[in-house]
Amino acid sequence: MDLTTDVGGLKLKNPTILAAGILGTGAASLKRVVQHGAGAVVTKSTGVSPREGHPGPVLIKTEHGFLNAMGLPNPSYHEFVRELEMAKGDVPVIASIFGSDAREFEEVALGLSKASPDAFELNLSCPHAEGYGATLGTDPRKVKEIAKTVKNAVDVPVWVKLPPLANIAEVGLAAQEGGADAVVAINTIPAMAIDVESGYPILGNKVGGLSGAAIKPVALRCVYELCAALNIDVIGVGGISSWKDAIEFIMAGATAIEIGSAVHDDINVFRNISKGIMQFLEKRRCTLDGIRGVAQK
Amino acid sequence: MHPGRYQGRGTEMMPINARITRIVDETPSTKTFFLGLTLDGKPGQFVMVWIRGVDDIPMSLSYPDAITVQKVGDATSALFKLRKGDSVRIRGPIGNGFTLSGKSILLIAGGVGAAPLAPLAEEAKGKKIKVKTLLGAKTGDELLFVKRYRSAGDLQTATDDGSEGYKGPVTELLDGLDLREYDQIYSCGPEKMMSRVLEVAKGANMASKTQFSLQRYIKCGMGICGTCCIDPSGLRVCVDGPVFSGETLVDSEFGRYARDASGRKVRL
Repeated sequence: MDLTTDVGGLKLKNPTILAAGILGTGAASLKRVVQHGAGAVVTKSTGVSPREGHPGPVLIKTEHGFLNAMGLPNPSYHEFVRELEMAKGDVPVIASIFGSDAREFEEVALGLSKASPDAFELNLSCPHAEGYGATLGTDPRKVKEIAKTVKNAVDVPVWVKLPPLANIAEVGLAAQEGGADAVVAINTIPAMAIDVESGYPILGNKVGGLSGAAIKPVALRCVYELCAALNIDVIGVGGISSWKDAIEFIMAGATAIEIGSAVHDDINVFRNISKGIMQFLEKRRCTLDGIRGVAQK
Repeated sequence: MHPGRYQGRGTEMMPINARITRIVDETPSTKTFFLGLTLDGKPGQFVMVWIRGVDDIPMSLSYPDAITVQKVGDATSALFKLRKGDSVRIRGPIGNGFTLSGKSILLIAGGVGAAPLAPLAEEAKGKKIKVKTLLGAKTGDELLFVKRYRSAGDLQTATDDGSEGYKGPVTELLDGLDLREYDQIYSCGPEKMMSRVLEVAKGANMASKTQFSLQRYIKCGMGICGTCCIDPSGLRVCVDGPVFSGETLVDSEFGRYARDASGRKVRL
């Protein structure tokens, strides 16, 4: 059974992709994820200047998933370009980038282009960095402008990662109008936790984003609506940890899926999901294309 | 220890509130904080310590129920201001820890790196394993856990200023030893010191019998964020380490560079 997937301008040997922000700080860890079966990997988001990120705790495990507020730590594109170059290899490497406006996005994209990433993923969805991410990603005009600016500046596919919004289809359409080759949905959901011993919010940044199994139904609804409204590919992400989760997203219409938090329990999750999808398809005697979007009734 | 083995289960423990029951001044720059609870940890494992409103930092266990801390930055300074009865939030134990093996072992500790090796020395003594320790510090009064190491076996000290023991780097004491007498070599301390230990061990064909506890910028402490990954293996210091075999570290970033909070490479 062939799991080869054409998604957002790239050809993947299987539809599992490492999500941004997970083990994506360096080439070495990205390569390690590739060894564990990922069809493509997305790097940690990179910006124009170095950022240390928020104080700790930056990640906590709750009974319903992970809460994080990393705060976009990154060494800047000036330094990350070398890491990106080393990360290139057997599978497509997608550079996640962020900025405060279209001009910054363009600067980072051009800077990283020297390392020839296979595509860019625009982080318009990080929920806990003031002035970045979701601050821009909730505004369809900005989403369109940023997508268009980066698309014009580079000669590789551009994906736009969206926050979980009630009107996500509207923002997705804006990305499509801006020329995006795919949208990725969703980023984490704004959330927090409080320490009852002291009354302190636990995350160093007080609020952060929820990921893991708890957000899967939300992500699935977003993907479902995007697939119904858009002509470009939709990549599903949010709470996927098993082949069943992946099939659900593909039935909703997703072309490929990204995996993040599930790496915590098992770094082999990519291979396991591919294997599970393959067995499912063999049993049904059908293909990925055959089941894609069947839930769109 | 094994590049092919992935931990994660050890990090599943939910955080708990720990009230400081006792604070001991160990040296002018280090204090031990007893946490009023016994963590089911082994030597070399660490805990994430949340100093509320400040930061969440990794700290090695120096006793089953304590951490020994050197004042180096904002978070440790805030920790030093805490008093008996104050509390911190603890998550752990995390990581693999040292693997005790053989009949005769050698420990090389520098500065506050003596903290995770002291419980190992005591565990070894309890198992009738012969322990030899080389302990170094900048000055005599900064030598940490001298009594604990002495009661666990043979101890030789070195200081940069010669105020106690040998004057010079603790690794120079290795020149007087025949490494083949030891079944396993353990080291924790400044990375330049540890990389010298690995160099000497490699020269004696003993790299596979060494274990080093690495210090890297640890943020999430759950193996997710990737901040502490080392080149070129991509192994995560927080959950695949912090203890690595010298064999894993040969030809790696070990002894050459590390990454800061933003991910920039910093020469050691």
